[in-house]
Order: sequence, then structure tokens, then C-alpha cells
Amino acid sequence: MSIIVENITKYYGSYQALTNINLEIESGELIALLGPSGSGKTSLLRIIAGLEQAENGNILFNEENYTHKHVKDRNVGFVFQHYALFRNMTIFDNIAYGLKVRPRKIRPSKKEIEQKVIELLQLVKLEGYKERYPSQLSGGQRQRVALARALAVEPNILLLDEPFGALDAKVRKELRRWLRRLHDEFNVTSVFVTHDQEEAMDVADRVVIMNEGKIEQVGTPEEVYDHPINPFVYDFLGSVNLFKGNVQQGKLVSGNVEMNAPDSEDGVSTGYVRAHNFIIEREASGNDSIASNIDHIHSLGAIVRIEVIRQDTNEPLEIELTKEQYTLLELKKGERVFVRPKELRVFVDYMAGI
Amino acid sequence: MTIMTEGKRKNKRTIPGFGLTMGFTLMYLTIIVLIPLSMVFLNTFSMGLPEFWSTITEPRVIASYKLSFMTALTAAFVNAVFGVLIAWVLTRYSFPGKRIIDGLVDLPFALPTAVAGITLTTLYSPNGWIGQFFSFKIAFTPVGIIIALIFIGLPFVVRMVQPVLENIEKGMEEASASLGANRMQTFIKIIFPELIPAILTGFALSFARALGEYGSVVFIAGNMPFKTEISPLIIMTKLEQYDYEGATAVAAVMLVITFLILFTINVLQWWTGKRYSGK
Repeated sequence: MSIIVENITKYYGSYQALTNINLEIESGELIALLGPSGSGKTSLLRIIAGLEQAENGNILFNEENYTHKHVKDRNVGFVFQHYALFRNMTIFDNIAYGLKVRPRKIRPSKKEIEQKVIELLQLVKLEGYKERYPSQLSGGQRQRVALARALAVEPNILLLDEPFGALDAKVRKELRRWLRRLHDEFNVTSVFVTHDQEEAMDVADRVVIMNEGKIEQVGTPEEVYDHPINPFVYDFLGSVNLFKGNVQQGKLVSGNVEMNAPDSEDGVSTGYVRAHNFIIEREASGNDSIASNIDHIHSLGAIVRIEVIRQDTNEPLEIELTKEQYTLLELKKGERVFVRPKELRVFVDYMAGI
Repeated sequence: MTIMTEGKRKNKRTIPGFGLTMGFTLMYLTIIVLIPLSMVFLNTFSMGLPEFWSTITEPRVIASYKLSFMTALTAAFVNAVFGVLIAWVLTRYSFPGKRIIDGLVDLPFALPTAVAGITLTTLYSPNGWIGQFFSFKIAFTPVGIIIALIFIGLPFVVRMVQPVLENIEKGMEEASASLGANRMQTFIKIIFPELIPAILTGFALSFARALGEYGSVVFIAGNMPFKTEISPLIIMTKLEQYDYEGATAVAAVMLVITFLILFTINVLQWWTGKRYSGK
């Protein structure tokens, strides 16, 4: 089922949580709403679910207006960050709940319900747990039950609010892979909220990046990562180094360094370089070579993180090398090196003139 | 060697002082509760068994037991139902004057029971403000007793249920709604089970309070033997006649029955509460 979000505006008192949100989600997509806390992503999800009402705008499912439908009539599966399992019911009853509360006419028989629940328990790999109570399960198991419970009613749309936020790193990684596979299998339109960019990039077909109640960019993980349209998105996705300076005739001047910025307008600007887009050399090879001292080396795992201090401005830069590059260079702490950005994005500082 | 020391290692608690606090609790309860209560039984033992039996099976006394337990249970039940309703309104809605209503709930605790008794009697007597609208008598009948007992037991259920309602995870209700349940289903299947332990406690407290209530009831009851004479009044009458053994005998029987009822409620509560803790 497709979702169209049309001009949604939401206030909490005088605080504007969402401003004119427009978003189209195609049937069968897996979408991540990504943003820092307070960006309005959860509000948007809850408005799509019908758990909250927007002051303005419409929500359309399959081009039918659902704006004023109650949550119970929207047939959405909602998964909460803190599971929200019914703690007075067994796992079996939790999953069966959505089927049991149906009006008699459309309620499946006891046998059918049982069969469905057992199927779902197999799907979430919790077959042996049906007689347990939620408090007897671990966090990851609880969230799987919550997912099975949401899927039991065969929802048109699956909405997940920071589903893995309360879990530890390893379980989180496992579960999000599993969610991806599950989505590919059921092909139900899904929207999930997260503040973890890695999680969003890893799982989603498309990522919606939100900030301060507005959508900053929508695109596939590659698009938003490789072509961020504004400084916020650049900064938010992955570690990035800033070069504050001035653009003059196609060159960004920052400290003693001149970097090529052929397409940029003149004026006060900031250059953005991702941590892995640097070359480290022993000799200067141009005006864009930045003389620096190595301050720190973290060589844990496949990526080596190196912190250097610029000699001209004393500002720190964070650089990521592969283990191989690092071994070849034989870098040492305290050593003087030249750092050269491979790829630079320049955004004009609109705030600078104010 | 290591295994030996492992076995001896004590389970360290974050806050020490179990021995001290437990010891104090036991001593305190002994002095305040256990010794006075055991005096009731000791006093009773000083009379012979046949005498004891004839005292407690006296028809007038039996009638008072029936009346006392019946009215106390009814009042506690009414309080359980409407207490939940009041707690619901006080936690779920905001309206002008909410704080005042919230404060009103505690008033029956603060009022001297005799004052409550006299006030209620005036209101519910056949010519009273409220009594005149009813074709049957309220004051001087068991109905009047029940009303007095409802009055003095009102705060218990409200105050027990209120915090539980406030703390129910909003997500559970939302989950229930998103799964297609209507409001009634959500209340019956999700919210009510959460409230049961609190309701049971409130019910037990309200019941225990009603059973021992004397001050407010004697005024509205009319105190006719076999009809509106409650057990505490019988005890009082016996005391006034210097029949201490008789008084404690009646009291002992009430104590035993009350203990059995409260114990049953506790077991029920343990049983309903057990499943949430997951132990």
C-alpha cells in the first residue's frame, strides 16, 4: 500500500514539531526516517499511524484519504521502541490479540488463530516461548514478539518507532538484518524511525533525513551519502571535517591552504571532507597539502582512525585509512605529515553575512 | 580451595542493614500489633470452652456477625467499583476544579466518624434531605449502615488505583488500538488486568476498615437487636456491662474470620501479581 503525506503540520502547544511535510512512499518500500532527536521523525510516524492528529494536511493510503480514520481502522502494524507488550498475557496471547479482538463476523476460528500464531512464532524463532510472559524474555526476544504481534493482523503498513533503540549493539545488528529479510519476504510497506545513520543506511530502500520538523533530503542510501544536498545532511551522515574559509575565483582558502572548488560562488564558505577522503603524504604536493602533526592513532579493526592537528590553524582533522594504507605509510604519533583532501564539497555560509 | 571460598561468599546488597531493619520491623510489629491482638485471645482463654461457645453462638451475636460481614463486604464492593471510576476520571481527564475533587476524596479520613454518622443520619432519615425522596427507609436499616461504610471506605480504592492508572504504559493502550481493539476491549483486556492487584488491596483495606467501624454506624444503624446491630456494638455493650471475656470472645471470632478473608485476598493478589514479575 502506498502512503502519501501531504502538507502535514503539527504543533505541540506553541512548539512546531512538523512544518509542511510532503512525502510519497511507494507500495512495498522500506523507508527510514532518520534525524537527530527532536527532528519530528517520531511525530510523523505517529501521525501516519493515526496515534496522533496533525493540525494540517492529509495522510493518504493508496490514494484514499485516511486523515480522519481512527488508528484501529487503519490496519497498521505499529512496533514501539519499548515493545509495549501486554504483560499480563502470554506470548501466545500477545500475538493472538489482534485476531481475537476482531468482531465475530471477521474473527478467524480458534484453530486458525492458533495456526497463525504458531506460524508467526516460527518466523520470529520463538517457538518454545509461547507460554512465557513478556517479563521472562530478553529485549531482543520481546521486540521480535512485538513484531510478530504487529504482523498477525496482516497490516497494510508496518510502522516501527526506533525498534532497536533499546537493544545492545550486537542484537541490534542481527535484528535489522532480519527485519530486512522479513520485509523482502512479506513485501509490506514499512516505515521505521531511527537516529542511527548506520542502521538507516544498512536497512532502508530510501532514507528520509529530517531536521527541526522539516525534511532535508530524501533518497537512496547511496544518494544521500554521496550527494548530500546541504551541510546538515553532510554533517549528519558519517564523520566529516570542516574547512571554514573564503571562496575566491574557484578556490577555497582556509588558513594557509588553497583547495580547488571550481563550481562554488565567491564568499564565506565551509568545505566538507569525509574522514575517508584524505591522502596522507610525507611531502607537500600542492597548495592543497595541509601541513599537520599526528596527534593520535586508533588502529583497532579494519579502519585506522588518525587524528592530526593542522599546523596553520591548530584545528584537529579526523582521517580514516584502511589498515593496508596505514601499514604502508608506517605512520607514527607526533610525526609531521601532509594531508590532502581527495574530495571536497563546498557550501556557502548563508549565516555568515548575518 | 577456591570452591570452598566461593561457597562462603555472601551475597552483598547495595544497601546494607538487612539484619537491623528486619529486627526492628519484627520488634515493632510485635509491640504494636501482635501483643495487643494476642491479648484478645488470652483474655478469651480465661473463660471455659462451653461458656465461650455459648457466648459466640448466641443468636443475637450470630445475627450481628452476619450483618457486619454482609454490610462491610457490600460497602467494599461498591467502593471497589466506584473507586475505580473516580480514579479513572481523576487521572484521565483534566477539568476545572480537579484538585478540589481530588482533595474531597480524602475527606472521609479526616472527619471524626461520629460527625459523619450524625450527618448521614440526618440526611438519610425518613424526613431528611435525601431520605424523603425514597419510598423505603434508609437510615436505621442495613442500607443505612452500608452507606456509612461506603463513606468511610471511599478513599482506599481511589488512592490505591490512582497511581497505578497514572503509570500504565501509554504504549500498551496504543498497541491495543493499533491492533484493531476498540476502547472497551482495550479497557477490559489491557487496563483492567493491570488494576486488579490495586483494586484487591483497596477492597481489602476498605473491607477491614468497614468491619471495625463503630463511630459512624451506631448513629445511622438504629441498633435494633437481630436487625441493625453490628458486632462492634455488641462488643461495646458487653464492655459496658463489665463482661470483658464475652467482649473479647466476640472480638476473637471476628479477628479470625477477618484474618481468613484478608489472607484469601492476599493469596489472590499474589497469584495475579505473580505473572507480571516473571519469577
